[in-house]
Amino acid sequence: MDLKEKLLSSFLAFEQKVDINSTLHDVRTDALKVFENKGFPTKKEEAWKYTSLNAVLANDFNILPKNETAVDWKDVKKYFLNDVDTYKVVFINGVFSSHLSSTTHDGLDVCLMSSALTKPKYKMVIDTYFNQIANKEDSLTNLNTAYSLEGAYINIPKSTVVQKPIEILYFTTGASNFVQPRNLVIVGENAHVQIIERHQSLSELPMLTNSVTEIYAAKRAIVDYYKLQNDLLTADLVDNTYIEQKQESRVSVHTFSFGGNITRNNLNFYQKGERIDSTLKGITIIGEKQHVDHYTLVSHEEPNCESHQNYKGIYDDRSTGVFNGKIYVDKIAQKTDAFQQNNNILLTDKATLNTKPQLEIFADDVKCSHGCTIGQLDESAMFYMQQRGIPKKEAKALLMYAFTDEVLSSVAIPDLQLKLQKLISMKLGVNIGFDI
Amino acid sequence: MLQIKNLHASVEDKEILKGINLEVKAGEVHAIMGPNGAGKSTLSSVIAGNENFEVTEGEIILEGEDLADLAPEERAHKGIFLSFQYPVEIPGVSVTNFMKTAINESRKANGLEDMPANEMLKLIKEKAELLEIDRKFLSRSLNEGFSGGEKKRNEIFQMAMLNPKIAILDETDSGLDIDALRIVSNGVNKLKNENNAVVVITHYQRLLDYIVPDFVHVLHDGKIVKTGGKELALELEEKGYDWLK
Repeated sequence: MDLKEKLLSSFLAFEQKVDINSTLHDVRTDALKVFENKGFPTKKEEAWKYTSLNAVLANDFNILPKNETAVDWKDVKKYFLNDVDTYKVVFINGVFSSHLSSTTHDGLDVCLMSSALTKPKYKMVIDTYFNQIANKEDSLTNLNTAYSLEGAYINIPKSTVVQKPIEILYFTTGASNFVQPRNLVIVGENAHVQIIERHQSLSELPMLTNSVTEIYAAKRAIVDYYKLQNDLLTADLVDNTYIEQKQESRVSVHTFSFGGNITRNNLNFYQKGERIDSTLKGITIIGEKQHVDHYTLVSHEEPNCESHQNYKGIYDDRSTGVFNGKIYVDKIAQKTDAFQQNNNILLTDKATLNTKPQLEIFADDVKCSHGCTIGQLDESAMFYMQQRGIPKKEAKALLMYAFTDEVLSSVAIPDLQLKLQKLISMKLGVNIGFDI
Repeated sequence: MLQIKNLHASVEDKEILKGINLEVKAGEVHAIMGPNGAGKSTLSSVIAGNENFEVTEGEIILEGEDLADLAPEERAHKGIFLSFQYPVEIPGVSVTNFMKTAINESRKANGLEDMPANEMLKLIKEKAELLEIDRKFLSRSLNEGFSGGEKKRNEIFQMAMLNPKIAILDETDSGLDIDALRIVSNGVNKLKNENNAVVVITHYQRLLDYIVPDFVHVLHDGKIVKTGGKELALELEEKGYDWLK
C-alpha cells in the first residue's frame, strides 16, 4: 500500500481516536477529499518542477502518532536557545511532551493546538482563524488539515509585548514517522512576539514532516518568526506557512536552511491593509545531495505597503537549490514598494540552482525591484585575505560568512544570532577565530 | 633580505615582466617608478604570490629561501606585506576581527599561541593611534564604504599590526589628500627600522618627499632600465619617462 492509500484508509481510525467537534469533522473530511483528488505533488506541476518527493514517499512511514516517547532534556538541550528563558512547546513524534515544554495561559496563550481544537472556550477563535488563510487548493496543506490535531497554539492579546521568545520544537525519533504539525499564531493589535520553529529528528531514519502554520497579525502587530532547519540528512520537510497581515503590521520570517535531505518552504504573505511591512529572508548553506526549495509569495492587495525579500545561498558538492519568488501587486495596491534579492554562490561545478522571480503587477504606480546572482567566490578578495596571512580555506570561510552577514545581522534575538553564527561557521567547516 | 633574479612573469600568455633584477637589503627603502603599464603592479602581485600570474623564469628569494612554491599566505607568514592599490571591500567582517584572524593565523604558522586578547587590544590601540584612526572605524566592515584615503590608511594600519620584513606599498599615494599622505608616510617612517625594508611603487615623486628612498629604480616594459639615488625621482618628475625609452 503506498503512502497515499495508507493516508486515505487510516483517516477513519484517526478521526475516531481524536476528540472531534462537528465543525472540524467537516473541515477535515473536505480537506481529505482535495488530497484524494490531487494526490502528492509531482514534477509535472509547475510549482514542483524542480522538487521531487517520489523517493521520499516510497518510505514506509508510521502515519498515526504513538504515545509519548521519552526523550531526555540533556539529549535535546542543544536544539534550544542556551542562555535565555523561553516559552517552549515541544512535541515528540507528533505528541506533546509536557516535561520538555514550558507553556502559559498567563496573559497570553502558548499551548497546544489539540486543546484549542477541542475545548469549548477556544471554539470562537478556532472558527474565526483555523484554516482560514491556508491554501484550500494545495494538496499537502489539505492533507495536513485532514490530519490536523497537534501543534502550537499561540494567541497574544492586544498590546501585549511577549517578554520571552517562544520556541516550537518537533522531534522525531525511534521509527520512521510521517508527522503533520499544525500551528496557529494569532497576534493582537500592537502586540509583539518572537517565535522560533525547528523540526529535528533524533534518529537516522527516514522522517517526513508536512507542517502548516497560519499566522494572523492584527493592526500594528509585530511578529518575528525564525525557522531553523538543520535536520539530519535522513529527514525531509515540507513547510507551509500562511501569513495574513492587517494595516501597519510588521512581520518578518527568517528561514535558515542548513540540514535535511529535501526541504521545501512554501511561504505566503497576504497583505490586508495599508502601510504593511513584510520581510522574508533566508540563508541556505547545503552540500552533499541536499535540496532546498524556497517558494515564496507576497500578495500586495492594498496601497502603500512594502515587502523585502533577501535570500542568500551557498551550495557545495552536488546540492541543489531553488528560489521561486512570486510578487503579486493588485490593481488597487498603488505605491507598493516590493524588493526581492536572491544571491547565490556555487562552490562546485556539480551544484545547481534554479532561481526565478515571478512578478505579476497590475498597479501602475509601484516600485518593484528584483535581482539574482549566481557566482563563485571573489578571487581578488581571496588573494587580499591570503596576502594578510589567512589561509585559503579560512579565507573562503570568512568570505562565505561575510556573504551571509546581511541576513544574519537582522536576527533580533541575540542568543539565536550567536547560535546561528556558530552553526554557520561549523557548516562552513572552519572555526573562524574571532569573537563576534 | 629580498633578492629578485631574472624574474619573468606573464598573465594569460602575455609576458609582463621580462627579466627583473633587484636586491633589497634590510634597512633600505627602494622606490620603483615607471609609466602606466610598465609592470609595477604585476611585480608587487608576483612577489606576494598572486596565482593569476605565472612566473616563467627567475627567482624570488627572501632571506635565502626561494618563494616559488609558497602560497600567498605562506609568504605573508614569512614577512611579506603588500599594501594594495585597490584594497578589497569585505562586508560583514570588521577591521578588528580581520586583523585578529590574520595575526593569529600568522602566529599559528610560526608555531606561536594565539595572541592574548588584552595584548591584541593594546596593539590595536597603539597602531590605531599611530595612523590617527578612530576606534569606531575599527568596528566597521573592512573597507566597505571607506573613502580612498581611509582605505590606504587602513592598509598601513594593517602593516603596522603585522610588522612585516618587507612591505611593498603599491601606489599607496593615489587617492590621498595631503593630510592623509602625511599620516600614512609618517606611519611608514615610524615602522621602518634596520631589520625591515620598504619597497615603494609609485607613479609620482610626491610620496618620495615623505618616504625618502635610498634607491630609485625605473621600470619600463617589464625591465628595470635605470637605477639611481633619490635625485633620480626628481629628475623623472621634471623630464617624464620618455627620455629613458
